[in-house]
Amino acid sequence: MHEMSLTESIVDIAVEAARKEGAERVTRVVVDVGALSHVEPEALEFCFAAVARGTLAEGARLEITRLPGAGWCPDCGKTVALAERFSACPECGGFRVQMTAGDELKVREMEIA
Amino acid sequence: MCSVCGCGEAEIVLDKDKAGAHAHGPHDHDHPHDHDHDHPHDHDHDHGPHHHDEGVIDYGQGAAGAHAPGVSQERMVAIERDILSKNDAYARDNRRALAAKGVFALNFVSSPGSGKTALLARTIEALKGRLAVSVIEGDQQTSNDAERIRATGAPAIQINTGKGCHLDAHMVGHAIETLAPEPNSALFIENVGNLVCPAGFDLGEAHKVVVLSVTEGEDKPLKYPDMFVAADLLLLNKSDLLPHLDFDVGLCLANALRINPHLQTLVVSAKTGEGLAAFVAWIEASAARRAAALAKG
Repeated sequence: MHEMSLTESIVDIAVEAARKEGAERVTRVVVDVGALSHVEPEALEFCFAAVARGTLAEGARLEITRLPGAGWCPDCGKTVALAERFSACPECGGFRVQMTAGDELKVREMEIA
Repeated sequence: MCSVCGCGEAEIVLDKDKAGAHAHGPHDHDHPHDHDHDHPHDHDHDHGPHHHDEGVIDYGQGAAGAHAPGVSQERMVAIERDILSKNDAYARDNRRALAAKGVFALNFVSSPGSGKTALLARTIEALKGRLAVSVIEGDQQTSNDAERIRATGAPAIQINTGKGCHLDAHMVGHAIETLAPEPNSALFIENVGNLVCPAGFDLGEAHKVVVLSVTEGEDKPLKYPDMFVAADLLLLNKSDLLPHLDFDVGLCLANALRINPHLQTLVVSAKTGEGLAAFVAWIEASAARRAAALAKG
């Protein structure tokens, strides 16, 4: 369950930023999770409430934005949609697609009180 | 939670005599100086990894830190920070510390039962007199693997991750401090047996080495691609069993290369020693190349 340690990082980052802002409470945390990152959003949600308990982020809502995967196909000479990290180019069927988006794992913003 | 470094709960087991390292756990924050203070300096900071006598860092115990919540007006704050940024910062520190001492670190990853520990023990024997090796062992529980390594004469430290499914750079940083590998040596980090999670966590190593055994199936690289992308070398282990199996070595390596065209591959057997000379040569060449790159700056 590495989602547990990722969730701990999310809470740490939010709590640290909240302290810097002089906030008393975090009410919402917005994270970007790429479709091709090795993270299960449901597992993050599952862990979040438990990890946040006893911190400034206790009771906060976790909002996960799923970002689509994309890659550059050198054979087609353009950016194509990528459903899996190492799947073939949907246009030409080649396997030389270089992933350019979809592995994001980032705390974007949060709401504090 | 440790209030000094902010880590979770863990435990490092270290064989103090054989490891030759000083005997303070990275989390005790007690100073190993011998002079007598008159004031009572015996208090145990009871946070952080639980420290066992036999030397285990245990991340399975302890409680999270608490902070007082309150209420006021709400507003949005932009953060834009990578979730793994903390781990990556620790990994950079580890890499810097290892480079300063000329220590060449390899992070061995695989599913449980691929033969990592046997392979490491055999490799350490093969490197004797050529390159000193120390080992960090990661498992959820027990010190069995560290003991197997110490039987070869190499210093080893065990990290028990508790419920954790991987080693992270912070645990490894503490283990490096405690183990204190000698200058210009090699450090083998045996990750928790798991083909998924360790792929995402940089420990500060020079290379990830993925170990796959021929009893597992040719399509493992396709099923667990992240690990094969993260690795620089694939060791296909247990080749001695090939006569008894329908395993297609060519197909397995082709699958791995489809996922990662830059992956180097070796077929080895920890039992018969097949391919180990090539692996030892790879280690020595890679360590030399890395040292040269560091010298150039």
